[in-house]
Amino acid sequence: MAVRTAPAEARPRRQHARTGRGGVARAMPRLKTVLIAATAYAVALLFLFPYVVMLLTSLRSQRSLRDVTFWPEEWVWSNLADFWSSGLAGNLWVTLKVAAGSTVLVLLVALPAAYYSARHRFRGRTAFLILVLITQMFQPTAMVVGIYREFFQFGLVDSIWALILVNGGFNLAFAVWILNAYFSSIPRELEEAAFIDGNGRFGALFRITLPLAMPGVITALIFTFIAAWNEFVVALTLTTTTENQPLPVALNSFIGQYQVDWQNLFAGSVIATIPVIILFALIERKVVGGLTAGSIK
Amino acid sequence: MRRLRALEPLAWVGPAIVLIALVVLWPVVEMIRSSFLEISRLGVVRGYTGFDNYGKLFAEKDFADVMVRSVIWVVAVVALTVLVSLALAQLFNQRFPLRKLARWALIAPWAASVLMTAIIFKWMLDPEVGVINQIRVGLGLIDAMGGAAADQLGDASTAMPWLVFVAVFVSVPFTTYALLAGLATIPSDVYEAARMDGAGRLRTYWSITLPLLRPALTVAALINVMNVFNSFPIIWAMTHGQPGYSTATSTILMYILKGSDIGESAAMSVVNFGMVIVLTVIFLKVSRWNREVA
Repeated sequence: MAVRTAPAEARPRRQHARTGRGGVARAMPRLKTVLIAATAYAVALLFLFPYVVMLLTSLRSQRSLRDVTFWPEEWVWSNLADFWSSGLAGNLWVTLKVAAGSTVLVLLVALPAAYYSARHRFRGRTAFLILVLITQMFQPTAMVVGIYREFFQFGLVDSIWALILVNGGFNLAFAVWILNAYFSSIPRELEEAAFIDGNGRFGALFRITLPLAMPGVITALIFTFIAAWNEFVVALTLTTTTENQPLPVALNSFIGQYQVDWQNLFAGSVIATIPVIILFALIERKVVGGLTAGSIK
Repeated sequence: MRRLRALEPLAWVGPAIVLIALVVLWPVVEMIRSSFLEISRLGVVRGYTGFDNYGKLFAEKDFADVMVRSVIWVVAVVALTVLVSLALAQLFNQRFPLRKLARWALIAPWAASVLMTAIIFKWMLDPEVGVINQIRVGLGLIDAMGGAAADQLGDASTAMPWLVFVAVFVSVPFTTYALLAGLATIPSDVYEAARMDGAGRLRTYWSITLPLLRPALTVAALINVMNVFNSFPIIWAMTHGQPGYSTATSTILMYILKGSDIGESAAMSVVNFGMVIVLTVIFLKVSRWNREVA
């Protein structure tokens, strides 16, 4: 997997664009391009549509929420601010703690494992990597009953630590996998040179290898954060009191009630959704590579 | 001293193994064990019951329907996802202005929580005010808002297609991106050669693009099978498996059973898990991990 573009590869791009088709077919492709672009934009809008509806609904007044109109009659931007004083803000805080906690846990555990398995051959290395790959295939949904029974016995039901552990465990595989690929792509000689220059083993690791692997670290970090942020089934199973529920669970139970402040619900979804879409856009390319690692070459 | 060196890998890799064992492997054991236990609603173990939980599960009158529906659900969602994504990958692989921005829009359903997306679709399908029903009224498909015709999620025959639609909607972005990555690996001189040989567009796609795309396609499809099989939030948020069990899949049935009888629910989980294992083995075979690891 080519994970890092060496500076030497950055050739001038313009040259590439000009060596297209000959000038004869110039006029025809233009119409084709228009059609292609129009279709692509329409598809793009279709995929954004639900989130636009979500944003528009969150900006309606309580009174006009169930009006049969597409655009809100008045734009109540204060809904997004009011969310913070609603009970759901506490649930957003829980989500943030779970996501941040899982991310830290994954980095602490995955970094050394990925580094060592990329740099050293040791007994059980292959077994370890297979274990990681198999875990990547497992999802908590199918085994949620086992997870519940385990944490019930630990007395950790309704505890934030249970959610951090489970989210960390299930996202570990992706992090180890992508970090392993990054560390493997960094020439050992670079690290050895730094070592010889008197940096010590850890100095070389922290000054040379880790900075070079930063794109991988950031990808693993954002991926884990988003996955934990969005997680629903485990949180639904392991939390019992409203104030300990992460936002998705709280929002879902919100719907079942009568007399719902729907605009709070939609403000909550907007606040929970927009940031992760932007974060995800930053790492999308590397995620495809990480998820399909070992298969596409 | 030599002993100590032999333990060195454990210091680096150990924590990862412990976390995987604790969070991923232990629940598997616990789940299998629970499926042979009688457990009260409060979680008190009353003792071993052999295969009673499985017997009870297989005797549920909705069990067969739910299993058949789960298979149809996975096949329908994955097949539609792959077809739509093949088309979209081709589209977004063309050159056009603002392509990056258009591709970026495709990310939204992938990054957003599936639950949120399902909640929005439920809202858009609201019989009285939903946008989708407004559009259907505008198109003359239904006479008015409200009423039974507008309540698409209230009946299995109309709810199921919408559930499939939402599942395809959230699966297409990853699949399209994976296929786009696959398309990028096909060297352009292959197409050059095909053109020289006078192959038409369709012919080129069928005999060159598709075969070369196969590795990407296989993996993307298998990851989808896994995700869709484990998909829970869409149905849970939109119909709860209702009316009756008419829109429930095996994961939904498992969750509903968890409220009444954990042992039986564990039995359902083991059945589910068996299916996941089969899928994983297929994945490992196909992905040829050994080449990557060794």
